[in-house]
Formats: sequence, structure tokens, C-alpha cells
Amino acid sequence: MRIIQHPILEELDTSDKVTIYYNGQPVEALEGEPVAAALINAGISSFRTTARNHEPRGIFCAIGRCTDCMMIVDGIPNTRTCVTPVRDGMRVETQHGLGTFSVPSDGGKEDR
Amino acid sequence: MEVYRTDIAVVGAGSAGLSAAYQAAGAGAKVLVIDENRLPGGQLFKQIHKFFGSRAHRAGTRGYMIGRELLENVTASGAEVWLDSLVYGMQKDLSLGVIRNGKHIVVKADAVIVAAGAKENYMAFPGSTLPGVMGAGAAQTMINVNRVLPGERVLMLGSGNVGLIVSYQLMQAGAEVVALVEGAPKIGGYGVHAGKIRRAGVPIYLSHTIKSVTGNGRVEKVEIVGVDARWQQIPGTEKTFEADTVCLAVGLNPMTELLWMSGCEFCFIPAFGGHVPLHDASMETTVKGLYVAGDVTGVEEASSAMEEGNLAGIGAARALGFLSEEEAKRKLAETAERLRTLRSGMFGEGRRKAKEQQLEAMEQYRAGTAESMI
Repeated sequence: MRIIQHPILEELDTSDKVTIYYNGQPVEALEGEPVAAALINAGISSFRTTARNHEPRGIFCAIGRCTDCMMIVDGIPNTRTCVTPVRDGMRVETQHGLGTFSVPSDGGKEDR
Repeated sequence: MEVYRTDIAVVGAGSAGLSAAYQAAGAGAKVLVIDENRLPGGQLFKQIHKFFGSRAHRAGTRGYMIGRELLENVTASGAEVWLDSLVYGMQKDLSLGVIRNGKHIVVKADAVIVAAGAKENYMAFPGSTLPGVMGAGAAQTMINVNRVLPGERVLMLGSGNVGLIVSYQLMQAGAEVVALVEGAPKIGGYGVHAGKIRRAGVPIYLSHTIKSVTGNGRVEKVEIVGVDARWQQIPGTEKTFEADTVCLAVGLNPMTELLWMSGCEFCFIPAFGGHVPLHDASMETTVKGLYVAGDVTGVEEASSAMEEGNLAGIGAARALGFLSEEEAKRKLAETAERLRTLRSGMFGEGRRKAKEQQLEAMEQYRAGTAESMI
């Protein structure tokens, strides 16, 4: 849930929207916000599963230190979603275990 | 390989690093500040509460406003700031390995100031890895910087100032705090913060801890339990809460990785969060030309971090000849005096003693080195 009105901070400007794709599903995001924030706003709290016991993991530190929030972002595994800003059309996938590099459907021509 | 040369390199653009840069650049040094994040300010911009302390420390001003002023000062001082730039390593000659825009750059400086900050502690209990269990600072970043609510019903563990302040800020952001749980028999943080939590009707459970967190894929239920004077769980005292988020406010530890690479000497001070670098009154470590400032020298708070940054900036500028001995001495003494007031009173006393222990260890190290050289 987004915090639009706040008793101390200014009203949140939500005018600059982009779309990212979470496991193929479109998710609305605000320009410049971290991937993790967009997913949490969309009600998604599980970002990856562990290699051995396949347990779910979400954010823990939210400042890029703990690596609990890693996902496959635009084909690149182990991306820290709490410090990676969204980009219109970005593909974000749940990472299982150590994750794998995936080649986009255009064969990787798209500039990353 | 690209090499960038500067007089002073500062690692970390938070409270301490920006203060150090402002001091050093103000003295005429060429200063480069490097930070991994896309925005400067470190953790200052999520501090939306009013700061404490004396007027000299901007008591009554909210943290993010102090952050804005600090940024303006640094910009005016002429220091260069590289954001989105990762310092991944340091050589014994203090050269820094940096990744910037996907490129590798070696930064060579005559003095390096490491102001890398601290990270949150973790606490293990059954279910502690479930999504929805997070650091209190993480929740604070989400609500105050990213402006999303990580959950609607939050249980907070830890009643230090972080636990108290973030509980209140979660309520300001629209969440319900179902309980504040503290293992010790008394509140850890300031009474004024605890009072706000109490008045808001948040139940506070002292001498309690989390027994387990359960849920299908994320936090759904939290079971707490009473603990005795020896921190042992007391069977039969369990209480269960429905919650979707658990915040851990159980302390922080200094991010010393770069410092370990430099080979500088450390001591272990539990009150400061673990291993901390030895340093002298001008924040120089046992490695000549390597300075430290802020939480990386021992976890305190933002005002102390800024003052330590001032000390390090002045110290490095003096060592490189940008400040006269006399002027540096005066500035260091003024700053040390302000720091002394921050480390006084009921809550500052422990930190003052810890810092004295650290400075003492440095003196002993230097005396020992001097003896061994004779």
C-alpha cells in the first residue's frame, strides 16, 4: 500500500508511472523507486526461494546489505531489488536458489 | 585501467562522510566522496523525527532537513560526489577499487576517510526467515523514503530508540503496531519516545521475547513469551498476535569490511556493536592516512557521526597541509567539546566510556609500536 498522505512528509507525487513485469504479470511502479518497493506496494512479499529447502525470502535490510531480496531482473540473477530502480518494461522474476541467467526473447539485442 | 587522483577520498555519503568532505574541501583539499547509493545522505533522509541534543546539534530539527542542509554545504564546498559507485576494495597503499557506470576505476588519494556506516542486527527464532520479518530500519526506509507500507499489523521487537521511533513512524504511515516487545525489564530508549507509543495505546511487553513466527509463505501469527532474569523463556506465559510484519530493532553493527582489508588494528567493544577500528582524536587509524568517522567507528547516532566526520575532515586536511597546526588544533578542540556534550547524560555516558576505551587502546598501540621500534 502506498503512503500518499503523511502527517509530516509532503504528499507523494504518483504522476510518473511505469510498468514492470513480475513473473510476466504487469505491475504498476513509480519512476525511480526500487523494484522491492513496487512489489511490496503490489502486495508481493516473497521474492525468492532458498537453494536447499526452497523456503521463501523477502526484504530484510532494504539498504542493499543483506541480499535477502535478490531476484532475476532483466535476466540477471542475484540482483538486489531493494537498491535497483525500476525501469519501464523491466522483467522481474522470482529467483529459485542461486538463479540462472536468462536470455530475453529478442536474443539480448535490447540494451541493458 | 582508469586512475583517478585526489587529495582526500571519502567512502560513504552519509552523515559522517558528508561532514568530513565539507570540512576537508572547505580547507582547500580536492575531495571525492564515493557512495554506492543513488542518493546521498545515508540514513538521514529516513529520519523524519526531530533530533535531540543541544542547539549546536540542531535539536528540534527533523533529520531529513539536517540532511538537506548538509548536502547544500557539501555542494558549496566544492567536493565532488560520485553516486551509484561501489567501493569494492582497498589496497594497503589506500588505493580504492571502484565500480562506476559498469567501469572499473582505481581511486588514489593521499588520505582516505571511511564512513561506511552500520547495518542492522538479525535475531534468529523459529520463523525468523519468513517474508514479513525485517529490520526496523528496513521498514523505516520503506515508509519514509519509498513511501510504501510493508504491512498493516506490525509487531516490534526491541525498545531502543530505533524500535520506539520506527513504531511511531509506522503509525504515522498508517500501520497498526500490535505490540512492542522488549527482552529487558525496562525500556531501552528515551522516555519521551516511549511515552508517545504508550499514549497511542500500543501494548508494551517488557521481559518478553518472540517465541515463534508462523504463516503460509509470510508472517501471519507471532507468539511471544515471558523471559526470566536469565533470559530463559517461562512456559505458560505465551501470548499470540495476528500480524503481517515483524520488525527487529535489536541493534546494529559497524560495516568494517573495507577497514579489515586495510590491515588497521581493531578492538572489541560490545557497546559499539562489535569490532571497531582503533583511532586517535583526529580519527586516524593505525594505518597512516586512513581515517574513520561515524557508525563504522562504533554505532552511535547521526549527530555524533557528523561531529566525527568533522574531526576526520579536519584531521586529514591538517595531515596534508591544508590547515595550519594552530587552526586545526582549535577546530578539533571545538568539535571534541561538542562531541563531549553529545556523549553525556544518562544515555550518553555509556558511549563516552566506550569511546574512551577505544582512544585508550589506540594510545597503547602507538606507545607499544614506539617501544618496539627502540
